[in-house]
Amino acid sequence: MKPKTQRYQNRIELLQGTLDMLILQTLQWGPQHGYGISQSIRGRSGKVLQVETGSLYPALHRLEKQGWVASQWKQTESNQRAKFYRLTAAGKKQLLSEQARWAQIVNAIAGIMSPVLREGQP
Amino acid sequence: MSLRGWLFRRRQREAELGEEVRAHLRMAAQERIEQGETADQARIAAAREFGNVTLVEEVTRDMWGWGWLETLLQDLRYGARMLRRNPGFTLVAVLSLALGIGANAAIFQLLDSVRMRTLPVSHPQQLTELRLADTKGLRGSVQSGYSVLTNPIWERIRGHHPQAFSDMFAWAEDDFNTAPLGEVRHAQGLWVSGDFFRVLGVQPAIGRVFTGTDDHKGCGLPGAVVSYSFWQREFGGDRSVIGRKITLDYHPVVIIGVTPATFTGLDVGQSFDVALPLCSQATLDPYSFLDDGTIWWLSVMARLRPGSSITEATAQLSASSTGIFEATLPKNYPRENVKDYLQFKLAAFPAGTGISWLRQQYEDPLWILLATAGLVLLIACANLANLMLARASAREREIAVRLALGASRSRLIRQLMVESLLVAAVGAGLGLLLAGALSRFMVAFMSTQGNTVFLDLHPDWRVLGFTIGAAVLTCLLFGLTPAWRTTHIAPGAAMKAGGRGLTATRERFGLRRALVATQVALSVTLLVGGLLFSHSLHNLMTVNTGFRQDGILIVWADISNRLNLPVKRRVPFKLELLERLRAIPGVDAVADVRYLPLSGGATSNVVWKEGSDQSHGIDANFNWVSRDYFKTLETPLLAGRDFDTRDMPTSPPVAVVNQAFARRLGLAPNPVGERFRRQATPSDPETDFEIVGLVADTKYRNLRQDFGPIAYLATSQDTRFTNWWVQILIRSNVPVGNLTSRVRQAVAEVNPEISTEFQMFKTTIRDGLLRERLMATLSGFFGFLAALLATIGLYGVMSYLVVQRTNEIGIRMTLGADRGEIRKLIMSEAALLLAWGLGLGIMLALAAGRAARALLFGLQPYDPGTYALAAALLAAVALAASYLPARRAARLDPMVALRYE
Repeated sequence: MKPKTQRYQNRIELLQGTLDMLILQTLQWGPQHGYGISQSIRGRSGKVLQVETGSLYPALHRLEKQGWVASQWKQTESNQRAKFYRLTAAGKKQLLSEQARWAQIVNAIAGIMSPVLREGQP
Repeated sequence: MSLRGWLFRRRQREAELGEEVRAHLRMAAQERIEQGETADQARIAAAREFGNVTLVEEVTRDMWGWGWLETLLQDLRYGARMLRRNPGFTLVAVLSLALGIGANAAIFQLLDSVRMRTLPVSHPQQLTELRLADTKGLRGSVQSGYSVLTNPIWERIRGHHPQAFSDMFAWAEDDFNTAPLGEVRHAQGLWVSGDFFRVLGVQPAIGRVFTGTDDHKGCGLPGAVVSYSFWQREFGGDRSVIGRKITLDYHPVVIIGVTPATFTGLDVGQSFDVALPLCSQATLDPYSFLDDGTIWWLSVMARLRPGSSITEATAQLSASSTGIFEATLPKNYPRENVKDYLQFKLAAFPAGTGISWLRQQYEDPLWILLATAGLVLLIACANLANLMLARASAREREIAVRLALGASRSRLIRQLMVESLLVAAVGAGLGLLLAGALSRFMVAFMSTQGNTVFLDLHPDWRVLGFTIGAAVLTCLLFGLTPAWRTTHIAPGAAMKAGGRGLTATRERFGLRRALVATQVALSVTLLVGGLLFSHSLHNLMTVNTGFRQDGILIVWADISNRLNLPVKRRVPFKLELLERLRAIPGVDAVADVRYLPLSGGATSNVVWKEGSDQSHGIDANFNWVSRDYFKTLETPLLAGRDFDTRDMPTSPPVAVVNQAFARRLGLAPNPVGERFRRQATPSDPETDFEIVGLVADTKYRNLRQDFGPIAYLATSQDTRFTNWWVQILIRSNVPVGNLTSRVRQAVAEVNPEISTEFQMFKTTIRDGLLRERLMATLSGFFGFLAALLATIGLYGVMSYLVVQRTNEIGIRMTLGADRGEIRKLIMSEAALLLAWGLGLGIMLALAAGRAARALLFGLQPYDPGTYALAAALLAAVALAASYLPARRAARLDPMVALRYE
């Protein structure tokens, strides 16, 4: 039996680029805690994207280690203590480059997918 | 950052992460409550949605890096806790490893400093030693084991040294007396050529060292360079020592410099106190070696030019040898050996690790001891592996549960190995401390009154590497198999097997039997070794030497001190001294002798029967003794007479010979009155001797040699007596302390300027057996230790076996087996293991025995008695140890045994 840690790591790897981008994008609108980020991604994706905590927290801590986000303990609106993450200057730059890369990928994939669709139509 | 700070911050971050997760769960639950769920429902749902908290925390922590270190720390903590909880096991394990690793490291440390370490001089690997390729036909006086060349040869090589060498120097060891008067105080001296220190790259700690200009013929006593330890010992490290005078052999010499602490000379096993230039020998000693081509006293070393090889150097030396030896042929070289002298060839040998008498003596024994200690460590490992296996089977269920819960096998093995590693590391640490003490003890063991062994015992990287290697290896040996086996059982089977017992399967139990059989085998081998060496030592101590060793005092009297005795006056003076000593009350016999038997000193010459010629001669040993020598040693005089007052320098030369001499030369059983001739020597012409007495055979040079032919000549006829000290033997029943003070007084009455020194003859003979005693003591100790460990191992396995088979024994008893049968059942198991072990061990010992052959005396490595004794000893102890569990098994109450779980 394989250890569980490995299973999670595989998925993080798979999602890594996208998840990081999604988190950075979410933080663009203001500092947010982990739960808030997952809810925000869920909400904005029309409940399609469910971020697993086993991926979210490692990603947050990794981004923090890379210096793209910074964290601070603050009170929430409901007066709970929570760790808020905010975008740093480096994080903003990273987000811009991720956005550019994302656009490139979308275009490229669209370029591949569209002809197929056209040919497939009667 | 300090480890402590790092750990603190780490813990803080872990707490924060926990807080972060809890906040997440609270907020998720809060939202669900707001949507109308009950508090309990919300909490549970939030938790379900979140997933495995521990796991999320774990993978998050992985992001911080250092995850492996954390798990390692965890394993270490866990391992330490397990060890603390089993203090008995831990103590046994750590102590046996500390002993095993300590003994190995100690012996290795000695080997390292005797054999492997290079000299503490600049570029030691360039150093080569120049020696004669073949010493056949070498005549004259050889001053010590290292003396290989004469001064005329050295001067010649120095002037014409081959291209392959950049520099050369010569040196010799000597013994100086630093006392101005009275009892002798020894200092280890070095004679060095002017370039000695420069070529070795030894800079003075203070003052200056010799240069080429200090060393020239007729230099007198330009000064002395002393060693750092001598400076500390004699002058307390006083910097004003430069310019002060010390007495060396009654001559005042100015100290001009001190060498650094790192430099202790080129002889490994010996340090030096005082160095003088070669040229001073002519002044300090009554007889000059400088122009004598038959006194072999110098060692010559050369530095290879970068890029040159030893082969090249040897070829060049060989080519220039003819010139060197033609130019230096001494006029008095015996005629028949001139051809040999002219054919001498010089050759270069690597000398980066210095030269060492100690190494020649002890290298082989040390390797044997290292192998022995290695086997003891192996036995200790087998014991530990057995203990670990027993512990592992006790933890089988725990491990099975963990495996079933999804722990990875590699992680479990790692955890079990960390535990073994902890034991090994603590054991090795203690072992290293022990090694320091042990190796110092062994060095002290090798030292004698006249010869202090000095070795640099600072542990270097090799010793540390060896110890770490030993620790890791032992850890793998005793830890890996148990860990691997426990984690490779099917969890289901193990969880079920804990219930009502079946007998342990043969396969799973087989390993432990094999381990015990191996232990027994190895300890038989070691016991055989220990017994062989002890037996050999006993043989040497009781071998017939041809004389009685007890009750003889050796007196060395120095008659050079300001007595200014001309050579002519020395013999009469000596006889007078002997007469005075004979007059001491309680003294039975007094004699003087040139070569103390068994001391290693020797002279041999070719002799032949009168009327025959040199080609029919034999090699005979010679010794010079006074009258009463045979009486002093209690060697029976079989025929003829002892030397007496008739034998004077002017009377015809006479000799007393031993039986082997008469036999080998083909003389009559009573050869008194027959004559023989001795070949010419550098100092004497060919001489004719009349045999006046026959004595029983005695050992000559050392205990191991068989009786050889010896011719004794009279010291009273020795006109060329140039020694400046006399060696006197006194047989007496007076207690030593009393005797020495009486002798000192008597000598002072003859002349107060005579220095004296004393030792019991028996002590010098015992000192000659140090190597044998070291081997016997240590290998005996290791053999004993091995047998003890194997016995403990056997006891452990038999006890475990009884516990494992309790149910079975219960069934057997219920079915009618009586106690005797049960006992027999267990004992036959033990006997089988023992038989396997003994058989294997004897074969192993037979194979290993050949390595010890050269070190044994008076018995063969396959001595059947020794093997039988070792096997019987081990069998007796081992069976006694297995009797306890067998008795326990036989005393089991069948009802209790049946219910036993």
